[in-house]
Amino acid sequence: MLRIPCPHCGERDYTEFRYGGDASKPRPAHDERDVRAWHDHVFVFANPRGPHREYWQHVQGCRQWLILERDTATNTVGAARLARDGAGA
Amino acid sequence: MSERYSALALARHALTGAPWPRAWRRADPRPHYDVVIIGGGGHGLATAYYLAKNHRVTRVAVLERAVIGSGNVGRNTTLVRSNYLLDGNTQFFEHSLRLWEGLSHELNFNVMLSQRGQVVLAHGPAQLDVLARKGNVMRLNGIDAELLDRGEVQRLLPYLDFSAHSRFPIHGGLLQRRAGTVRHDAVAWGYARAASGLGVDIVENCEVTGFLRDGDRVIGVETTRGRIGADRTAISVAGHTSQVAALAGLRVPVESHLLQAFVTEPIKPFVDHVISFGAELFYISQSDKGGLVFGGHIDGFNSYTQRGQFPKVQTVAECAVALIPSISRLRLLRHWAGIQDMTPDGSPFIGRTPLRDLFLNGGWCYQGFKATPAAGWCFAHTLAHGEEHPLIEHLSLERFLAGNGHDEYGNGLWTYRQ
Repeated sequence: MLRIPCPHCGERDYTEFRYGGDASKPRPAHDERDVRAWHDHVFVFANPRGPHREYWQHVQGCRQWLILERDTATNTVGAARLARDGAGA
Repeated sequence: MSERYSALALARHALTGAPWPRAWRRADPRPHYDVVIIGGGGHGLATAYYLAKNHRVTRVAVLERAVIGSGNVGRNTTLVRSNYLLDGNTQFFEHSLRLWEGLSHELNFNVMLSQRGQVVLAHGPAQLDVLARKGNVMRLNGIDAELLDRGEVQRLLPYLDFSAHSRFPIHGGLLQRRAGTVRHDAVAWGYARAASGLGVDIVENCEVTGFLRDGDRVIGVETTRGRIGADRTAISVAGHTSQVAALAGLRVPVESHLLQAFVTEPIKPFVDHVISFGAELFYISQSDKGGLVFGGHIDGFNSYTQRGQFPKVQTVAECAVALIPSISRLRLLRHWAGIQDMTPDGSPFIGRTPLRDLFLNGGWCYQGFKATPAAGWCFAHTLAHGEEHPLIEHLSLERFLAGNGHDEYGNGLWTYRQ
């Protein structure tokens, strides 16, 4: 069972959370007019086999969005922090 | 070199005790090929076979990191069907099913196609309307489809939960009689043997570690067994598409997720169709050995571990028992996970890439196995002609840029929800 250390609620089963995708991609500037920049941000993933920074929402707990470090080759979980404290990159 | 399989050959070998020859040659890589295919799974081997058979391109190598058929071609639930709604998918998967229907004869290898029929269930009138629409689309394309009401489903599948207390009452279903199952390992072996017989080199234990480039053109691959030049290079490595594409500096709209499959202990013949639940993603059939084979959704987050998470075992088992209460005491014999390319719209990519002479076949989501023959057929055409086969024109890598997502299930363009 994947267990996620929620900064508010402590370590919980991943079933309490909802996966929210890659958190390492910086969002393009709001006035970005290049379609490809938005396409890449929304649809394209680095999808690494190894360390991955990703969003999870603790939907059955504090409902906060978290940023979790996890290794996709082993599912080893690292630190989790609140997404609102500052996103990726 | 490979001997033709027949009743006569079987009798001869039985009487003389002569050993059977290897089914395919163990080839060492040559310095240069017309086409190098990365990935010795079902799709890669089928591509090599149709390149040699349909297009007479025989200077072809299939490079496999481990041994052929050790990936997803042996990890799926073996279902084949062509009940697809969206234009493009309907015709593509019907082409695939027609190829499945002739495949044992085509390859001279028994792939054990069993057209036992698939029933997709509806649990309410609105869902049955959707199935009626899909059935009409199929029939307009010359594909068999029969709409069943509750009574007809009950006559066909009396062991489903038709009780007054059923959690998801069965309202009807859509039956495709030509759908069924195939012995998946035989697909890899059959294509490998037939391709090898036509001169294709199948090189196992040969991992691609990089691409050889000449400007924006790919001219071959760097491997653990040396450099191999190629006029055209094809990536066919479902599950690891992102890793291999990254070696060429490409980033693709793919995230790798785990899909689990399950087998129960063997029982006497019981489930003699393929059944798809309508209240959740859940599908079940019975193997020739007697085990019930079933699967559900992806685990829900990206991973390369090939080890499924336990909560999914529970939700899939809940689906099984909600559908067929009488199997609640069966024990699970084993379960496993395959690494699956998930794409934003649930549809794959086949065709050209931004790099010249580099082609991609990947992103198959739940559909890779049933697509094997047609994917190989169309990818071979693409590699031979340098442009996409008409059946796969809607599956371009650039389709999201033009707003042309191909979302069969109507989920929206949301990768890990597909």
